[in-house]
Formats: sequence, C-alpha cells, structure tokens
Amino acid sequence: MSTAQPPVPVLPGTTGSELTAGKLPQRAVPAVYGVAALAAVGLALAGMNRALAIVLAAAVAGVFLVGWAWLVEGRRRAIDRLVTISVTSAFFAALAPLVSLVETVAVKGSARFDAEFFTSSMRNVVGEGGGAYHAILGTLIITGLATLMSVPIGVLTAIYLVEYGRGRLKTAITFFVDLMTGIPSIVAGLFAFAVFAIFFGPGIRMGIMGAVALSILMIPIVVRSTEEMLKIVPNSLREASYALGVSKWRTIVKVVLPTALAGMITGIVVAIARVIGETAPLLVTVGAITSVNGDPFNGRMSNLPVFSYDSYRSPGVPPEPYLQRAWAAALALIIIVLALNLVARLVYRRYGTHLR
Amino acid sequence: MPETELGQQIATGTAVATPDPSSRGGRTTHLRVKGLNVHYGDFHAVADINMDIAPNAVTALIGSSGCGKSTFLRSLNRMHELIPGARTEGLVELDGQDIYAPDVDPVLVRRKIGMVFQSPNPFPTMSIYDNVAAGIKLNGSRISRSELDGVVEWALKGASLWDEVKDRLKGPGAGLSGGQQQRLCIARAIAVQPEVILMDEPASALDPIATQAIEDLLLELKKDYTIVIVTHNMQQAARASDYTAFFNVGPDGPPGRLIEFDTTQKIFGAPSNEQTAAYVTGRFG
Ligand SMILES: Nc1ncnc2c1ncn2[C@@H]1O[C@H](COP(=O)(O)OP(=O)(O)OP(=O)(O)O)[C@@H](O)[C@H]1O
Ligand SMILES: [Mg+2]
Repeated sequence: MSTAQPPVPVLPGTTGSELTAGKLPQRAVPAVYGVAALAAVGLALAGMNRALAIVLAAAVAGVFLVGWAWLVEGRRRAIDRLVTISVTSAFFAALAPLVSLVETVAVKGSARFDAEFFTSSMRNVVGEGGGAYHAILGTLIITGLATLMSVPIGVLTAIYLVEYGRGRLKTAITFFVDLMTGIPSIVAGLFAFAVFAIFFGPGIRMGIMGAVALSILMIPIVVRSTEEMLKIVPNSLREASYALGVSKWRTIVKVVLPTALAGMITGIVVAIARVIGETAPLLVTVGAITSVNGDPFNGRMSNLPVFSYDSYRSPGVPPEPYLQRAWAAALALIIIVLALNLVARLVYRRYGTHLR
Repeated sequence: MPETELGQQIATGTAVATPDPSSRGGRTTHLRVKGLNVHYGDFHAVADINMDIAPNAVTALIGSSGCGKSTFLRSLNRMHELIPGARTEGLVELDGQDIYAPDVDPVLVRRKIGMVFQSPNPFPTMSIYDNVAAGIKLNGSRISRSELDGVVEWALKGASLWDEVKDRLKGPGAGLSGGQQQRLCIARAIAVQPEVILMDEPASALDPIATQAIEDLLLELKKDYTIVIVTHNMQQAARASDYTAFFNVGPDGPPGRLIEFDTTQKIFGAPSNEQTAAYVTGRFG
C-alpha cells in the first residue's frame, strides 16, 4: 500500500531558492540600539526624566526592529525577534531597581566610607566623626553564631530527609521546614525574645538572642539547599560504595557529602547573605549601643542593619552626619553580601563536582 | 534443527574450560541458591530460583529484558534490599552460610561478594588511586601507605589498567575513557579481595575493543574469583562463560523464572529446552 506524497509546503518568508531567506544586515541589532542609546542620552540632556527616556528609546528601537524584520525577513523571524526583544527587555526591567539601588547606596554611602568609619565606634560621638566598627563587629559575631547553630542542624536534617527519612516523619519534617521558610523575620525575633525572657526576665538583650532569631530564619534555607545538593548525588555512587562493603554512615560521610560539598557550601553562604541584613529580629533581641561589645552573652550589641536604621530614624542635630553614617553602613552591608555571593560562586567553580 | 546448528557455530572455537573443582578445596559449589523468590512490594519479580554456582568459574545470566536477571544478581549480595519495599524469600548460601540469616550483617556479605555495575561509576571526587583504594580506606582499615600502594598496583594490574594509568594515579578517576572507567571499577571491586564478583552487563556501554579487554579479564579473574555476569551479548556469554543460566518470564508475564541452567557448551550447543534454543539462536528476545 502506498500513499501519495503530499506536495512540498512552501515556507512563508522564503525567497527564490528554498533554503535562502531575506535577512537583516549583520550588525542591525547593535546599530539600532546604539542609535537608541544616543537618543536616550539626548532626551535626558534635554531635560526628560532619565528612566522615561531609556524606556521610550528602547520601546521605539524594539518596534522599529520588529517592523523592519517583518518587511525583510518575513513573519516567522519577526515574531522570533519580538519574543527575543520582549524577554531581554523584561530582564533589563527587572535589573533596573537593583542598579538604581546599588547606585543610590554607593553615591550616598561613599561620603563617610572612610578609614575612621571602620576603626571607631560611636562612643562619646555627637555629630560628625565616629564610625561603625562596633556594628560591623556585632554583625560578624551574631551572623557567625547563627551560622554555627544553623549549619549542623540544617545539614543533619537534610541528611536525615535524603538518606534516612521514610514515611510520615519525613513528610512531617518537610512540611515544617516549608512552614519555617515562611516565618516573618519579626516573628522569629519575637520568638527568640520570648524564649530568653522566660529565663532571664523581660528586657533582656544579648547578642546570642539575635543569633538564635537569625538561625530560625537560616535553618530552613540550609535544609532546603543541602537537600537539593544531596538529591543530585547519583544513587550509583551510593551503590558503588555499598557494594564495596562500606557501611551506610561511612558512605554518607566519605562519598555522598564530599560529592555534594561545593554545592552545600554555596547554599550555606547564600543563606548567610540572606539573613545578614535582617533588621527587625535584631532590633527586638539585641538592641543597639554606641560602644564596642564583643561578648554575645552580655548585654546589648550593635550591628549594621540596626545601626543604619537607628541613625536614620533618630538623627541628631545637625542630621547630615547621622544620615551619611546610615548610608555608609548600608553600603558596607551590600559589599559584605556581594563578597559572600562571590565567594560562593568561586567555591563552586573551583571545587564543584561535575556530576554526569 | 538449524537453530541448534547456529548455536553450535557460536560455541565452536571456544575453549570452554571445565572448571577444576580442586581449586576450591574440592568444593563444587560456592554460592547455592534454593527456592529464591524476590518481590518489589506486591510485585513478584523472580520466582523459585534454584542454582548452584561453581567456584572459579564464570556463570553467565542471559534472558530477555525485564525477566529479572538484575534483580536476581542483586539479591546475591543483598544489594537489592536497598530498594524500599524489596524483599526475598528462600536461601542463598555462601560456602554453606545463609547470607539472609538474621545475624548476618549485609555490609560484611558485600565485602565477600563484590559488584560491578552496568555503567561505570567511579567516585567523582577521588583520584584514580583513591578510587581503587576506596574500599579499603572507606572501611577504615589502617594499613600502611606502602601496603596500600601495593594493593592498588595489584588491583590495577588485575584489571589490566595499570599500564594505562600508572603515570597519572593522582588524576581524577572520572577523567578516564568509559572502558577505562569500567576497568577502574573492576579494580576497585577486586581491591577489597572479595570471593565472588557480580557483574551486571559490565560491557554494555563499551566499544568492541574495550569489551574484548573485559572478556580477557574475565578469563584471568576466574582463576581467583567466582564470577556471575549478566549479559545481553550471546557471543560474549558463549565466549567468556563456563556456565549459562537462561531466565525468562512465563507466557502470562512475571515473575521471571530460571528456565535452563547448564554448561555454556550445552546451552549454546544442545539446549534441552525449546525456549532456550529459541533465545540463544536469536529467534526471540
Ligand atoms: N525498583 C523496582 N521496583 C519495582 N519493580 C522493579 C524494580 N526494579 C525492577 N523491577 C521489575 O522487576 C522485573 C525484573 O527487572 P530486572 O531489572 O531484574 O530485569 P532484567 O532482567 O535485569 O532486565 P534488563 O535486561 O532490561 O536489565 C521487571 O518487571 C521490572 O519492571
Ligand atoms: Mg538488568
């Protein structure tokens, strides 16, 4: 039985020979956007709002490119370009707030981003001068302690979920970890405050309380990221180890964890970056002071987010030095977070196991 | 019967050595399987297997896909109980000791009965050296560096890989070719000096030359080990094995059963079962 061959469909947008089609000049896209960029600069100089100028120029360039492509290349490739341009524009639109934020913080924070800022505290400082040494120290201590508490708990929980967990208990733990992910940070802070108030009476403020609050926020992130990393370790490696007569816990410690290690470290660093800027829980648990306190078990402790918040909320007279210090503290925080992210990426690049 | 002639052709030219029982103190059985049934939850995968596996010989398991060869193989060193819901009934004895007895530690069973998997799975975080030494190091035994060096060299030589890797022992195990990786996995398995080595289609991902190398290796390894190998390659079974077991599922589906078990010569030359004859001559499967 043979069926008649259907006619060869004529593809829209093809010209002459079946395999060639009209095409925009090679540098059409960069050229059009180059012109648009110049136009945007021109509009901005002429007094138009900067953001509006950029959006307008980009929109006109996009419409022009799609129209041009429609005429020269045909419908299919024009739609192709439309989608490409939309997706790319959406990405830049999402990026805009970030760029704007970093720019604002960098500009306003640089006024007091000097040596004194990093070497002196606010003890006996009124008005100009002073710094955030005490706040930076406090942030490092509190976040460090939070990490020390969260990593063992989080990693062990993840190991349980992936390597041992079965049935109801596993489902329950997964559910509660999900629930913890959604805890508002102020609630974590109030919880830590309430727990310590039971033992030390109301009004207690200690660095460790802040660390506990932060670790409540950190643990679910660590569990989740570690769980993902352990899951992608191929089962064949576990089997290979068992087949050598290696026990389960040795297999986990010597085969599974090393294979997942780089990814786990990345996840932990991201979790640190996520909580290091938390303000609300620290506000209620560790408070703020002007002098250096390196003891997390004794009294109030300053830290960068609360320092920034406090300086901004209740500046002295004149307010400028206070506002400048607030911005400088914000800049320091952003730089710490960026540095942590960079470290995470480097660790992954350098030590990441490339699993097939 | 033309089929049988074809079978004989395949078997011809193969010196199927009859294993010498004296090499294991006169014993003719190393692993004894009696009335073995394997289930995955409610699914009955393998039924009523009886089989005496000879020492210092290569026993090939053949049969169409899904008939339970891997399941059976994995039940021989209790690897299969790592799958949730999997369980066995029946007897598997290693030198007369039931490996499923309640006081038997599966970890110790696997030290005596090693396994090589279908796709090579070297540990990606470890060097070639550490991969081979893994079984010893991970078990936490404290042997001296020079002793360990000796074992690694011996195992790599045993897996005919030494000459290819002796200058890059510190290099990553995952940096080898697929065939080399598989021989690395064999070296890793023999480094812990098991008595039995189970292999599940060890050459299925390899080219003919690497396959040949593995087959040559089998002839070497059986001097010291008892080998059970699953293969879909009839020529390989005919060339490299001493005994062949043919598995098949019944007409109404699983469980899979052992249809015929005999010397390889017999299975490929003059099988007594009609299904076996059909399978080894390529009429189905
Ligand atoms: N983890 C599992 N859970 C449930 N059923 C399984 C599992 N593994 C295998 N089975 C079933 O058990 C039967 C035997 O499978 P097995 O893998 O042993 O076959 P096989 O003979 O090795 O096949 P192949 O030649 O394709 O490797 C099949 O029907 C399969 O679907
Ligand atoms: Mg199989």
